[in-house]
Amino acid sequence: MLGILASIIDGVLVGLVYGLAAMGLTLIWGVMDVINLTHGVMIVAGMFALFLLTTGLGLDPYVAMLPVLIGGFFVGVMLYWVAIHRMVGRPPLMSLLSTFSVNLVLIGIGTAVWGTALFNVDVSLPGFTMGRYTFPGAHILAAILAAVIATVLYLFLQYTRLGKSIRAVANNREAAELVGIPTTRVLAISVGLGVALAGVSGVLIATLFPFTVLSGDGYQLKGFVVTVLGGFGNPIGALMGGIALGLLEGAVTPFVPVSWTLVIEFVLFVLVLIAFPAGIFRSRRGAL
Amino acid sequence: MPSMVRRPFFWIITLAVLAFALAPVYGNDVSLRESLLLDALYITLASNLNLMLGYAGYVNFGSIVFFGLGGYICVWLVNSYKWTLVPSLAVAGVCVSGLALIFGLGILRLRGAFFALSTIGVIEAVQAFAENFTPWGGSSGIYLPASIFTPLGGPRQALWVIYFIMVGVMGASLYLSYAIKTSKFGLGLLAIGQNEDAAAILGVPTARYKAMVYSVSAFLPAIAGGLYFFKSAFIQPSDAFDLSLSTEALVVGMLGGQGTVTGVAIGAFLYEELRGYLLTSSTFANFQLVVSGALLLVIVLFFPGGLMGWIYSRFPRTQKVLE
Repeated sequence: MLGILASIIDGVLVGLVYGLAAMGLTLIWGVMDVINLTHGVMIVAGMFALFLLTTGLGLDPYVAMLPVLIGGFFVGVMLYWVAIHRMVGRPPLMSLLSTFSVNLVLIGIGTAVWGTALFNVDVSLPGFTMGRYTFPGAHILAAILAAVIATVLYLFLQYTRLGKSIRAVANNREAAELVGIPTTRVLAISVGLGVALAGVSGVLIATLFPFTVLSGDGYQLKGFVVTVLGGFGNPIGALMGGIALGLLEGAVTPFVPVSWTLVIEFVLFVLVLIAFPAGIFRSRRGAL
Repeated sequence: MPSMVRRPFFWIITLAVLAFALAPVYGNDVSLRESLLLDALYITLASNLNLMLGYAGYVNFGSIVFFGLGGYICVWLVNSYKWTLVPSLAVAGVCVSGLALIFGLGILRLRGAFFALSTIGVIEAVQAFAENFTPWGGSSGIYLPASIFTPLGGPRQALWVIYFIMVGVMGASLYLSYAIKTSKFGLGLLAIGQNEDAAAILGVPTARYKAMVYSVSAFLPAIAGGLYFFKSAFIQPSDAFDLSLSTEALVVGMLGGQGTVTGVAIGAFLYEELRGYLLTSSTFANFQLVVSGALLLVIVLFFPGGLMGWIYSRFPRTQKVLE
C-alpha cells in the first residue's frame, strides 16, 4: 500500500517536470502552429548553461535559473527571426524542416565541443522520507517550481495585456492584427518565452539527472505526447499531461524494458490524436 | 508502361543507370566503384523518401527505419538460415513493405505535422524492438562470417555483384519515381500534397493512398539496406537506425528539389560528393551535421524549390523533358 502511494508520488514529481519541459513546446505550437524541433536542444542548452554557471562562476543552481531565463528569451527571439518568421502561415512541413535544420546545427556544434560524454551538476538538499522510501529534495523542489512556473505563466496569459495579446494572436492572427496588436512582435515574444521555458526546464532537469548533448531528444518526444494530452498552448494542461505521463511510466516500468516506455508513450500519442483531436485536458474554450 | 518508353526522360534514366554500371568497369576502378556505390545508395534513399515528401507533402523523419530493418532481415536470414543473398533481399523488401503498410494503417489517420511526429515514434519502436530481440543479437548486433561471399565467387567478385545490384536498385527507384509521377496514383498524391481536403472531396482515397505510398517507399530502401549491411558483414542498432542518414535523405530531397525525379538524383549525387570532401577535410570532419543543417536551413528559407526549381525558372523548356 505504502509502495503504491510512494510510486504515485514519484510519478507526480517526475510528471510535473515533464510537464514543465513540454510547456515551451506547447506554447509555441499553440500560438503559431509551429512545432519547434529545436526544443530538445534548447533544454540541453539550459542544462549546459547551468553546468557552466555553477562550475565556472560558482552560482547556486537555483539562482542560475534567472540568467538562463533571460538568455533563453533572447535566444528564442533570435530563433524566431532566423528560422520561424518566414515560415509562419506556410505549410507546417516548412517550419518543421527549418527548426529541424537549426536543431542539426546546434547538435552538431554541441557534439563537436562536448562530445557525447555524461555531465552532471551536484545538488544536495535534504530529502523527504516516508517509511522505506525517500524522495530526494531536489526532486520535490523541482516539482514545486514547475507548478509555480506553470501557474505564473497561466496568470500571465490570462490577466496581463501582453498575455491577452498572445492569446488573441493564437486565436486569429488577422483579427488580432486588425485590432492593432503588433502580431510579429507578439510572435517573437512567444518564441522567446517558449525557449526561455525550455532553458529553465533544462536547468531543473539537470539538477535531477546526469545529461549529455543528446538528452534533449527524449524530453522533446515526451513533449509531443504531453502537448496532445494537455491541449495546445495550455500551461496547466501541460502539467496535467506531464503527470499522466509520469504515472504511466511508473505503472509500466516494472513490466517492460526501459527502451519500450517511449514506444508505449508514442502509441498513446497516436491513440489520443485519433480519439481526442483537441487534447484530453483541454479546458474551456479560449484557454489559449 | 509502353507510353513511358516513348518519352525522352525514360531514356535519360536508362543512360544514367548504364553510366553508373559501366564507369567503374572501364579501367577496373575500385575506388570509383565504392564512391558510386554510396551515390547509388543515397539516390535510392532520397528518391523513395521523395515519394512521401515531394509528392504527398508528408515529412517522414523515419525513412531510415526501412533501410535498417531491411538490413536486419537480410543479414539475419543469411546468418541464421544460410539463405543466399538474392532471396534474402527479396524477402527483406517484401517484409518491410508489409510492415510499413501495417504501421501506415495505424498512423495514416493522422495528418500533416502529426504524421511527421508519429514517424519519430516508429523509429523509437523499431529501435527498441531491435535492441530487445534476442535472435538479432540485441545491442551488439550480428556479425557475418567471411564465408558468406563464397557463393558469389569470393569477396573480390562479390563486391562487384553487390555493386551491380545496388545500381539496379537505384535504377528501379528512379523508374518507380517516374512511373508514379506520371500515373493516376501519382496525380492523387500530388493532389494530397496541394490540399488534402480538396483532394478528398474530389474523390482521391487519401487514407489508402497515403498508406500505399508509405509502403511503396519502404520496398527499395529495405533492399538497399540489405545489400549495404551484407556488404559490411555486420549490423547493429546504432548503425542500422542512424538518424543522420534519415536527415541526409531529407536534405538531399530538398537540395535537389522536392517532387522532382532528376533533382533528387542530382541532389543525392552532389551531396554525397560534398560529404566525401567534408569527411576527408580536417576542418570540417567534426562539423558534418552543422554543414548539412545550415545547408538545409538556407534551402528551406530561400530556395524552397531546390536545384530543379531554379533550373525550371531559368530554363522553362527543361520542364518538358526533365521530370
